[in-house]
Amino acid sequence: MPYRYRDDIATADVAFEVWGESLEEVFAAAADATMNVMVEDISTIGCLHQLTVELGHDQLDLLLFSFLNELIFLKDARKLLLRVQDISIGMEEAKFALKSTLCGEMPDAGKHRLATDVKAVTLHRFSLDKTESGWQAFVILDI
Amino acid sequence: MSIPEVVKKVSDTVWEIPISYKEGMRVPGRIYATEKLVKEMDAGVFEQLSNVACLPGIINYAYCMPDGHWGYGFPIGGMAAMDPEKGVISPGGIGFDINCGMRLVLTNLTLEEVQPKLRELVDALFRKVPAGVGSTGFIKLSKNEFAEVTEQGSRWCLRKGYAWPEDLENTEEGGCFKGADASKVSAKAVERGFDQVGTLGSGNHYCELQVAKPENIFEAETARAFGITIPNQVVIMFHCGSRGFGHQVATDYLQLFLNVMEKKYDIRVNDRELSCAPFRSREGQDYFAAMTCAINMAFANRQVILHRIREVFSDVFRKDARALGMQMVYDVAHNTAKLEKHTINGKQKEVLIHRKGATRAFGPGMEGLPEHYKKTGQPVIIGGSMETGSYLLVGLPTAAEALYTTAHGSGRTMSRHQAKKLIKGQKLQQDMEHRGIYVRTASWGGLAEEAGIAYKNIDEVVEATELAGLSRRVVRLLPLGNIKG
Repeated sequence: MPYRYRDDIATADVAFEVWGESLEEVFAAAADATMNVMVEDISTIGCLHQLTVELGHDQLDLLLFSFLNELIFLKDARKLLLRVQDISIGMEEAKFALKSTLCGEMPDAGKHRLATDVKAVTLHRFSLDKTESGWQAFVILDI
Repeated sequence: MSIPEVVKKVSDTVWEIPISYKEGMRVPGRIYATEKLVKEMDAGVFEQLSNVACLPGIINYAYCMPDGHWGYGFPIGGMAAMDPEKGVISPGGIGFDINCGMRLVLTNLTLEEVQPKLRELVDALFRKVPAGVGSTGFIKLSKNEFAEVTEQGSRWCLRKGYAWPEDLENTEEGGCFKGADASKVSAKAVERGFDQVGTLGSGNHYCELQVAKPENIFEAETARAFGITIPNQVVIMFHCGSRGFGHQVATDYLQLFLNVMEKKYDIRVNDRELSCAPFRSREGQDYFAAMTCAINMAFANRQVILHRIREVFSDVFRKDARALGMQMVYDVAHNTAKLEKHTINGKQKEVLIHRKGATRAFGPGMEGLPEHYKKTGQPVIIGGSMETGSYLLVGLPTAAEALYTTAHGSGRTMSRHQAKKLIKGQKLQQDMEHRGIYVRTASWGGLAEEAGIAYKNIDEVVEATELAGLSRRVVRLLPLGNIKG
């Protein structure tokens, strides 16, 4: 599990750090860390609906911010709990561009141990940085 | 924890962070709390408060209430008044859950009458008031109808038969803030929230049956004026906001402000969550109009939930809700920005007040209060943890200094993750049932996160508001039954 929740920061909400060798790994792990706040065992989320998202931003960290926001939007608007099936991040017309295939299903209290809803991704201390071994990010979710 | 050196004591209940603490501070930070509560505040509070003090156009102080704790942007329990002409508006000073707020409703039933029906009531409420991840409301609205809800708030509910006329009188600003414009709301925000009217949400949102025991009445005359007139009277308190709709409005404008703040308006902030725009700018006005839509949607949400609660009580007791005395005491928001008139440096002035986890608490005689509360002052509803109890307070003239603002709840001291490690939801439910509190939840993990152990002592928080002259205790309310998301 390439993410860890932080008990000592923003106690009323949920803070997590996430790491990976590639940007794609960090984005996918951050998506799982967000979903894991809402579903206690994310391996129970089946792949019944598939959809593709394409996002762009001129700042790489804000591309991650938009991506997590999109997952939260889809949770309410499409009633879908989603995980990353495939993701690629590159450059398009001088902007960072993301394309991801997401897969998931509707929340089902009988099947998923539902936990706490995520309201939003905050920008307080939000970061995405390159490290010696890859990338890491820090995120605080509003609960 | 000890109090950081930079926090100076002004009096037993007032603490100050001087402007010399951080470059760019325009006003000092001011914390209302007892020494014990200041000691318990996490370091994030002082950092965030001093960041707020740097915002353009801030007047007097960056304020923090006794329940202040580490949030994002503003601390939770934070308040700041801006000069509308020179100041900014910031979504980080309101929160994503726009118009998260509290509503308190009376019954003429006593503990003895409710006790035998407690399970039936809580189970029925759990069925009728959807809570938790992905829940939707019973009202099916088209997107156009939803736009009406966002512009009219509780007035829409009255037209549709979900409100009694006097409910609106007992809601802050009549349940409809001025200035809402649905054309300033994104399609995404509508899509996210149009089917959520009448839902509680999750996290610390709940609906609770409570009892006012005679030994917990601090001020009998004010309690009577607020409708607490019978020994062991049962009341209903609930806490929720504007659901995914408000969350999306805040997210949309946070991103917009981030784009224009530096480039267009040359404003720099210490925390990107404090992204803002001049209040009188096009972007600032658009956000204000969209945010007001979310405020109104939250009033409608709580109004529709009240309608459902009245139906449940009516079914269980086989009596009309009016015959059961189910009048509202009050509905007050704690995540808003609004224009209010206050005395600033001896002069009446209209200011833009951001309250984030802070409650408006008007004193006696103030404009904006319904006639029947003019003598007493405004009812203030403070939710505690589901294990310990909550309070009904009243606004005071002495709160003028804090622009008639007080605390909003108890404030967390333990992270959600840590609470879940220490406590199991099922065990907590059983333990609470042994103590006579029956809880239903959409999530065991979510229930564990809300255990009393994770919160500050509510008695200390409200006592601090009283010592600081922000609000006074009227009744302490004990939990009987609770539904939570």
